[in-house]
Amino acid sequence: MSEHPISNIRNFSIVAHIDHGKSTLADRLIQATGGLSEREMVDQVLDSMEIERERGITIKAQTVRLEYKAKDGQTYVLNLMDTPGHVDFAYEVSRSLAACEGSLLVVDASQGVEAQTLANVYHALDANHEIVPVLNKIDLPAAEPDRIKAQIEEVIGLDASDAVPISAKTGLGIDLVLEAIVQKLPPPKGDETAPLKALLVDSWYDAYLGVVVLVRIIDGTLKKGADITMMGTGARYEVDRIGVFRPKMTDVEKLGPGEVGYITAQIKQVADTRVGDTITETRRQTPAALPGFKPAQPVVFCGLFPVDAADFEDLRAAMGKLRLNDASFSYEMESSAALGFGFRCGFLGLLHLEIIQERLEREFNLDLIATAPSVVYRIHMKTGEEIELHNPADMPDVMKIEEIHEPWIRATILTPDEYLGGILKLCQDRRGAQIDLNYVGKRAMVVYDLPLNEVVFDFYDRLKSISKGYASFDYTITDYRAGDLVKMSILVNAEPVDALSMLVHRTRAEMRGRAMCEKLKELIPQHLFQIPIQAAIGGKIIARETISALRKDVTAKCYGGDVSRKRKLLDKQKEGKKRMRQFGRVEIPQEAFIAALKMDS
Amino acid sequence: MTPMSAQLPFDAGFGVYIHWPFCASKCPYCDFNSHVRHAPVDEARYVAAFRREIAHQAELAPGRTVSTIFLGGGTPSLMRPGTVGAILDAVAANWAVAPDVEVTLEANPTSVEAARLRGYRAAGVNRVSLGVQAMNDRDLVALGRLHSAEEAMAAVKVAASVFDRYSFDLIYARPDQTPGAWAAELKEAIGHAAEHLSLYQLTIEPGTMFERLRDAGKLVVPDADAARALYETTREVCEAHGLPAYEISNHARPGAECRHNLVYWRYGEYAGVGPGAHARLATATGRLALSTELVPENWLAKVEAEGHGVTEVERLSPESQGDEFLLMGLRLVEGVDQARYEALAGRTLDPRRIDDLARERLVERTPDGKLRVTREGFPVLDAIVADLAA
Ligand SMILES: Nc1nc2c(ncn2[C@@H]2O[C@H](COP(=O)(O)OP(=O)(O)OP(=O)(O)O)[C@@H](O)[C@H]2O)c(=O)[nH]1
Ligand SMILES: C[S@@+](CC[C@H](N)C(=O)[O-])C[C@H]1O[C@@H](n2cnc3c(N)ncnc32)[C@H](O)[C@@H]1O
Ligand code: SF4
Ligand SMILES: [Mg+2]
Repeated sequence: MSEHPISNIRNFSIVAHIDHGKSTLADRLIQATGGLSEREMVDQVLDSMEIERERGITIKAQTVRLEYKAKDGQTYVLNLMDTPGHVDFAYEVSRSLAACEGSLLVVDASQGVEAQTLANVYHALDANHEIVPVLNKIDLPAAEPDRIKAQIEEVIGLDASDAVPISAKTGLGIDLVLEAIVQKLPPPKGDETAPLKALLVDSWYDAYLGVVVLVRIIDGTLKKGADITMMGTGARYEVDRIGVFRPKMTDVEKLGPGEVGYITAQIKQVADTRVGDTITETRRQTPAALPGFKPAQPVVFCGLFPVDAADFEDLRAAMGKLRLNDASFSYEMESSAALGFGFRCGFLGLLHLEIIQERLEREFNLDLIATAPSVVYRIHMKTGEEIELHNPADMPDVMKIEEIHEPWIRATILTPDEYLGGILKLCQDRRGAQIDLNYVGKRAMVVYDLPLNEVVFDFYDRLKSISKGYASFDYTITDYRAGDLVKMSILVNAEPVDALSMLVHRTRAEMRGRAMCEKLKELIPQHLFQIPIQAAIGGKIIARETISALRKDVTAKCYGGDVSRKRKLLDKQKEGKKRMRQFGRVEIPQEAFIAALKMDS
Repeated sequence: MTPMSAQLPFDAGFGVYIHWPFCASKCPYCDFNSHVRHAPVDEARYVAAFRREIAHQAELAPGRTVSTIFLGGGTPSLMRPGTVGAILDAVAANWAVAPDVEVTLEANPTSVEAARLRGYRAAGVNRVSLGVQAMNDRDLVALGRLHSAEEAMAAVKVAASVFDRYSFDLIYARPDQTPGAWAAELKEAIGHAAEHLSLYQLTIEPGTMFERLRDAGKLVVPDADAARALYETTREVCEAHGLPAYEISNHARPGAECRHNLVYWRYGEYAGVGPGAHARLATATGRLALSTELVPENWLAKVEAEGHGVTEVERLSPESQGDEFLLMGLRLVEGVDQARYEALAGRTLDPRRIDDLARERLVERTPDGKLRVTREGFPVLDAIVADLAA
């Protein structure tokens, strides 16, 4: 296939803060190079999952091969990788970066540098990328390309004199982006005659083709029928099919060094492949395997239970199917005294959790209850043993515990100055330690170390509301630190609800307990009897609220003509009750389990 | 009259409900199927249609003996007595009528309508129910009524002189009403009542003018606690004056209950004739719920074309029958027979739920195996039913 010499290949990622226009730029590049006809084109064409289209965000990195006839008269092969902006999916970004030599750094010219702009630039620099800054959305009246240019230089220390001003929406400047890709980004290097060495960038399950593997060839050539070995797993396959995305899947004869494409090879399941693995020829193996990636580690765990116990097997099957294409999501069976059988699931973050839950409910028609999200604690036992705790319900006897360690993150927040006070207070309240405070033009940049368990619930929501949406946030997990953590239980009508128990820092317990009790008071409807709601540590009650008994609920007139209507109302009530969970005599609406954790202050 | 304790568990009687859908004006709280027409209504044409619909329901439920007839509305007292007589004749032409049949007509207490009461008696009506609603003019105006308190009391007096049995309705839990003021008003009303009173808490029904006013903040009705206090007042005052509640909103001298409404609450069988009427008929294919076309003119056209105005027929599942039985039966102070619930619903009421409710003193079991709601339970009856039916 490579009638194009390696010097005419460019592999690049598009990175940016969330919503700065990566996917829209990808659309324009595809269009400008004739990848899709007018009729086939839709907005953010690479965001193919229903949930991506609905939320307007990219979750899964995507790749497409473009052919571009440059001003120098030569035709170039451009492999574009569109990446997600949200921090939960940073893992997708890093593996895309590993398959490229350069990045387009998109910055919304009306907003400027944001937290994920920084985070992604650093990732790109770590991957030794050449970076071309692109100032997007210059069609907006609020766009200030010159100011943002200066900001990029000042904050990131990147030369922005050649930054390309564009509007991905109108198509303005797209030709300049294409030229910059060809001229500024380096071609890949690689030895065509060396033994095959290819990076396994990603893999997923396709209903027609089975497991599809995205590869980047480093050295050598990959041909149809080749006998290959995955060096990490040791598995051996014969390549059935080989091709590229333009963006439609198009078969080719072979892939040479520097090229990006897919293969299929009778691989049974996605779990048989390891992202970051090195693919080589079985009979002529490369001596040096690639370093590989650290697998994506779930950082937030929660229980997912079917509302209707009869759906348990369906839930298991649905999770299995989702997991096929999302190895970063993990699950194992769990049982709860209150909720019956379900699964303890691990996620990359809260958005990931929300998305998986939504997909399970929508694509598989399941009604689910999600329990309080928890981070992974390391419990140091007096015996010297160390236990990983994913579920507060499994907390061992406190008498046997030496210390509890919790994960900490380093968070970078960029915000307009006027919201700084509120944000510092938020971080301080969440046990944060300030590491740095700087100004980036008119914006403040604060770096905080924070315990992850203070962040998973509603930190992001709070940040958004304090800053009216103007602050941006990014984080990486740094280390585990010992903390004075205690298990807080919630008792509803004197019965502990295991699904609501959580580990909290002792100094924060009372406040959280009070907030939870207040929230539950709002969320649990009045019953025919009074319901005490309590938060407790060990045997000690630290907060309490009471839901008073229902005082009045009766239909004044009900005659022969009213009974049908009343019955239909009763049917609705019965349906509503099905969406509740019975704890002793109290019915708790399923939304309450997550909603109870969101604090208002 | 059958004493309540002697009623047979499975024979709650057969009632015929006739709906007259017209009113002189629309009251702002009312969500009944009532319509205001400016042109005079062609009563003869309606009589002919009623006749056909009665015959149609008699075909579905033949051979019954009618124990009660109720002419409701709307405002049936807008009908000429001859019209009422013709409708009653049509009932008698299609079913046997019990010698002690109760025939109630709803009337609005204006002077015009009072003047017709004698005519209704001659036509076969033996009980009237008057919509008095309030005992003072200020509240009557607020309720959008066309009559004054004095006019209403005059109508009550006429009713008392014409009929052995009469009742009237009041609406309470009106804006700003205090328990003290309501108790005084109620005592005054009882002074004019004989054997029966219907006392309804004002309900803001969806789609009514009152709903719009409330949502706009222009109408403030008592909150749950205040409404409950007014309910207690109602029970106490009526009981003290020999008119204990036998249903949530109905109070009577023992033995003087409205037998027609008891058919509903005891989940008996009833025909429903006229626009927007509902029926429950026990047929060979099961218990049917029928309802008819709501808009009077459309109903009329439908009956004339097809012989009936029925738009919906539902064969009630055991679960639905059980639900309806509880919804209706638990409204009665006498309670429900659990064995009959089991026969209808094909399942038993969960004894643990009953125990829990009994522990809260919201329901109690009677020595003869009935389940009934207590005095503390009635203000939260709907939640109790939802709990038992779940
Ligand atoms: N006015 C204007 N709007 C733009 C431009 N480019 C993108 N947008 C809009 O910005 C929003 C986000 O665009 P996307 O392309 O989905 O952004 P993204 O960076 O891929 O977002 P994530 O994948 O979620 O990180 C969409 O509503 C686009 O229509 C532009 O040049 N001008
Ligand atoms: C079928 S209605 C009307 C009978 C007659 N048309 C009248 O208004 O006098 C029977 C009774 O229901 C009561 N009622 C109607 N709407 C009500 C409401 N929204 N709240 C409480 N009671 C209501 C009134 O007391 C009314 O007399
Ligand atoms: S309350 Fe009675 S008079 Fe008023 S509109 Fe309703 S049915 Fe007619
Ligand atoms: Mg995107």
